[in-house]
Amino acid sequence: MSQSPRLLVEPGRVVLSGCWTLAEMLPQLPALQADLAACSSSIEHWDLSAVTRLDSAAAVLLWRTWGASWPPGLVADDLHRQVLLRVAELPRDIPEQARPRVRFPEWVGALLFKALGNLRGMIALFGQLLLDVGYLVRHPQDVPWKEFTANVYKSGAQALAVTALVGFLIGVTISYLSALQLKSFGADLFIVNILGISIIRELGPVLVAVLVAGRSGSAMTAQIGVMRVTEEIDVLSTMGISRSIRVVLPKIFGLTVAMPLLVLWTSAVALFGGMLAALLQLDLSLIYFLDNLPRAVPVANLVIGLSKGVVFGFVIAVVACHFGLHVKPNTESLSANTTSAVVTAITTVILFDAIFAVFTRHVGVPQL
Amino acid sequence: MTRPAVIELNGVGASFRGRTVHRDLSLRVEEGQIVGLLGGSGSGKTTLLREILGLLKPDSGSVRLFGVDLNEPDVRMQRNLRRRLGMLFQHGALFSALSVFDNIAFPLRELRCLDADWIRRLVHLKLAMVGLEPNHGKLMPAELSGGMVKRVALARALALEPELLLLDEPTAGLDPDRSQNFVELVGDLQRELGLTVVMVTHDLNTLAGLATHVAVLADQHIIAFGPKAEVMTVDHPFVTGFFGADRRKLL
Repeated sequence: MSQSPRLLVEPGRVVLSGCWTLAEMLPQLPALQADLAACSSSIEHWDLSAVTRLDSAAAVLLWRTWGASWPPGLVADDLHRQVLLRVAELPRDIPEQARPRVRFPEWVGALLFKALGNLRGMIALFGQLLLDVGYLVRHPQDVPWKEFTANVYKSGAQALAVTALVGFLIGVTISYLSALQLKSFGADLFIVNILGISIIRELGPVLVAVLVAGRSGSAMTAQIGVMRVTEEIDVLSTMGISRSIRVVLPKIFGLTVAMPLLVLWTSAVALFGGMLAALLQLDLSLIYFLDNLPRAVPVANLVIGLSKGVVFGFVIAVVACHFGLHVKPNTESLSANTTSAVVTAITTVILFDAIFAVFTRHVGVPQL
Repeated sequence: MTRPAVIELNGVGASFRGRTVHRDLSLRVEEGQIVGLLGGSGSGKTTLLREILGLLKPDSGSVRLFGVDLNEPDVRMQRNLRRRLGMLFQHGALFSALSVFDNIAFPLRELRCLDADWIRRLVHLKLAMVGLEPNHGKLMPAELSGGMVKRVALARALALEPELLLLDEPTAGLDPDRSQNFVELVGDLQRELGLTVVMVTHDLNTLAGLATHVAVLADQHIIAFGPKAEVMTVDHPFVTGFFGADRRKLL
């Protein structure tokens, strides 16, 4: 039984036989195409009666060979003729799907409009949040305590281990590097000032913000995004449950509460790491370090650090929820928005950090 | 030379978390048959399809497609095997990031043998086959209605001209008119190409219009398999309950 498609060219006549299907044609496709092209449309007699199977891929191939018209002398049985008829009925010129070329200014403009749109969306989300808070003040029984505590646990308690590990290692690194420098100036004791100010005021909050943006921010965007893809968000609305009160609000306030606590914890662990490194490198006792810490670092720094935590937590959650709510129902949009959420959250956090630095430049720096 | 059976399951057993889904299940589908797979909810019909597709490895027994064991280690042989079958998933499972056109063109492009014009014609042909307009090709899956998703998914399943077509609830969610069209379409394709079709369905009209054979899945294995009329006379609570009063209409 001959399965593979065969082509026999006789003078003025072409005889096809075998199984003309995509699967059978594939191994010898270039040869078949060349053969078909060789017997040009000048040949009028095509004998398809020996063809056992003819699928639409083969029909398209034949139709193209014939130059999109029926050859006058076509011998084929009804089934095969029907397959060919389907191909013949297609519109002659199928429009090519042209993709418009994007020029550079257009690209920049589109980017700008997108950024403005996101900014507007986040402001709208903020406004919605204020309205929700207003509503909850009037109806305290509707406060979603369970979701709120679950979010504090998920984004706070479950992040303790990783933030501690990273904080400890950063503390050790900074202490070790500074100790080398300070030793050469004989200014060993200033290690307390350097570590205290840098970690409590700056590194602790920013470090935690970056970690949390990657950890909890992306999780929030993905969760809300998938809820949109699977229409779960719409189910909530049809049940008369406000999505912003039940889904968005607990996430934002949960992270706003959890972040300063994480900042406190991470700064403490980082300082502990720094103290250990100072002990090993400079023989600075832990007692001395702790005794001198309050003197070197005014308490205002702690307040600044913790308020940075509050602001950063709020910013990360708002950005994450905004991008989550604007996921379109496809996988591409989900991945793009999760990426945007993390990148935007980290950038915004650094921007806010700079604003903090400018406005608190006279606060909490010990005057010598 | 006898051609090997298209699908051959031998003593297949499967279980999830200690719950047995299939026990000693055997099924043999010959070329050109249109098999309707029946069974109650949760009787493991979709699991059976997934086993046939090789998405799920059974705990015991063997699955052979076109005489090739699914555990065959040769990667190229496996790939060629997969190209010979098309699957219509219950909820369409279209690639959500690709347009309708690209969804159907995707398996064709993966062959890396066909030129753009050929692919374009084939895609438009498949669209026409399932009763969609060429300009529907630009739509994204999220913009389609439920019935359209199903038709696009069928067009995609047919893209590679499969010899074996697996359909999971093909007419569920279609209006009666569309589902009649669908039945006619699959019937036509079967006659033209000698397709083998296995479909899971609850719709008696689809079953009556299309199936030549019926397999009944109950008590974790195939309790009856044979020509439609024969199976309907089987005395089993599920069979009598399923066909019920409609038994006569189908005959």
